[in-house]
Amino acid sequence: MSVEAQVKCTCGEEASEEELLARLDGVLKEYRDKPGALIPVLQIAQGIFGYLPEVALKKIALGLNKSYSEVAGVVSFYSFFSTKPRGKHLVRVCLGTACYVRGGKRVLDTLKHKLKIDVGETTEDRQFTLEVARCFGACGLAPAIMIDEEVHHRVKPNKMDLVLSKYRNGDAPVAKKRRT
Amino acid sequence: MPFERVLMRHVGVPNSTSLAVYKADDGYAGAARALKMTPDDLVEFVKKANLRGRGGAGFPAGVKWTFLPKDRTVTYLCVNADESEPPTFCNRVLIDSDPHMLLEGVLIAAYATRTTVAYIYMRGEFCAQFHILQRALDEAYAAGYFGRNILGSGYSLECYIHRGAGAYVCGEETGLIESLEGKRGWPRIKPPFPAIEGLFRKPTVVNNVETLACLPHILTRGVDWWLSIGTANSKGPKMYCISGPVNRPGCYEAPLGLSCRELIYGADFGGGMCDGKKVKAVFPGGLSMGALRGDMFPKPPDGKVDPRQDHDELDCILDFDDVRKYDLLGLGTAAAVVIPEDADLRDTLLNVTRFYSQESCGQCTQCREGTAWMQKIAERIRAGAGRPVDLDIIVEATRNMGMMPGLSICGLPDGAAWPIRTLIQKFRREFEQRIAAQAPGAAESLIRRTNAAAYELPVLHGRAVQPVGGTYATPVDVAPPP
Repeated sequence: MSVEAQVKCTCGEEASEEELLARLDGVLKEYRDKPGALIPVLQIAQGIFGYLPEVALKKIALGLNKSYSEVAGVVSFYSFFSTKPRGKHLVRVCLGTACYVRGGKRVLDTLKHKLKIDVGETTEDRQFTLEVARCFGACGLAPAIMIDEEVHHRVKPNKMDLVLSKYRNGDAPVAKKRRT
Repeated sequence: MPFERVLMRHVGVPNSTSLAVYKADDGYAGAARALKMTPDDLVEFVKKANLRGRGGAGFPAGVKWTFLPKDRTVTYLCVNADESEPPTFCNRVLIDSDPHMLLEGVLIAAYATRTTVAYIYMRGEFCAQFHILQRALDEAYAAGYFGRNILGSGYSLECYIHRGAGAYVCGEETGLIESLEGKRGWPRIKPPFPAIEGLFRKPTVVNNVETLACLPHILTRGVDWWLSIGTANSKGPKMYCISGPVNRPGCYEAPLGLSCRELIYGADFGGGMCDGKKVKAVFPGGLSMGALRGDMFPKPPDGKVDPRQDHDELDCILDFDDVRKYDLLGLGTAAAVVIPEDADLRDTLLNVTRFYSQESCGQCTQCREGTAWMQKIAERIRAGAGRPVDLDIIVEATRNMGMMPGLSICGLPDGAAWPIRTLIQKFRREFEQRIAAQAPGAAESLIRRTNAAAYELPVLHGRAVQPVGGTYATPVDVAPPP
């Protein structure tokens, strides 16, 4: 499956909107006749645009022969889809019960303070978007946050600057050793 | 005899995700054995092992397969890897350490059900796990364990991995099917059950990751080995998760029938509480299964369980049957989260109610409205403006939401009602003390000022809620309207 390769290309800044829409056309051509294609297509589209603009949703509805309301309904149902532009990095804080018991709320408050934004907002320099997530299955290593695709375990509020600066400077995030 | 880990045997082994390491340990031997049997014999074989589904309900997998119509032409197998129940992470550990075990299980189950296309529905949060599993699947394809004419048996199977987009309710089997079809993950009304009409309106089997991962071991080691592990009606090994403020949080494999106390305090498991604290509450089977009282409450003198008394309930055996004696919904995912003695249960209540009100899919009125109202009341209690009657209202609401059997399309309202009700009922004294310690008149003034939840709600469904103060009196004691 070539889905993953396409999901990963988030080089949204350089390309113009026409180029991005042309890329979406290519995806739609590939998925047109496949059953159950809507969610993979939306995932790829979100990878292309960084979020799901209305123009892309309309194109997807036309391309997959679905009504716009059906597409919009699916987008609003799933928490991963966003119709608002997001920052370069998506920071999700787990507030599942295990993380909550071990101080997830403090981590969230620290992040709000450091980034000077509230939940669901994006920093002014468009670097970070802050979101609250449901449990993402890292309860043994709580509290956990997820930045882009990387899960950070046992985060401490006073180490938050260090974690964020790695992403802010564009360095490759250090691969974390996972323990079970 | 020490217990030999099978599901987690490769945790910590270097390169365990590769086919070479897996094959060196009898990998795909079970599948090879299965492909020599006829599908019907294989179903009988698994039925004999009484492999009960690990996803939560504990339904025997072999029996589930027999519900498929005999004259079917197309069958689909969906693998439920949408492990969303907080605080569960055993599937993540399993895929992290041994993806081929899951794939071999998929192959065996697909052959038994004569499936030609299998879908693995993986939750969107599993990014690293997706790459691991996709790599393993590519390897398995290259080695001829998937694709056409597998191991020269003439049997062909295609397998795809689908990534979810973040919704708790997609872990429900028909919600998962809808989501695979590219729709909102709205559970379907049953019947027809998926075995008759599932994915793309064709007969479909949905099995959990851990259930399938057990199959290769049953085939290589035999039914007798399997039946020698576990308790009377719950056979086999199980992956237990423990999280919260314990010394060794993590995932541990043990024969079914581990007690909750052993899971928290056992040196091979949780390793005791951090800083020698005591346990106030445990959610032993994932959040939805309800709460147990911890050891900060005295043990019953005669050892008998009385759910109406403040007794230590940690002796609960975590298998498919014993949990019900403790007013739990079921074993669930056997993932325990511990609430320590110094935690404020109002926080826990708010956390639980908020989770379900966000994740309710919104189809059934009582779940959509009930979870949202309970969250509002929990918020108000947390803000120091609760009323004793609020506790009765919440309990009443949980009873109207989805207590078994079937007032709703799926099990989510049951799963929401159970932890909230057990939390209030088993720890009612603490909530009452917290409410009594509030500033006088705080509740009324906040409600008047903000028009917050539940001011107009002392009467629910035409039934009077009992007046403030009765310790264990719940509205259920009131006679129903004529």
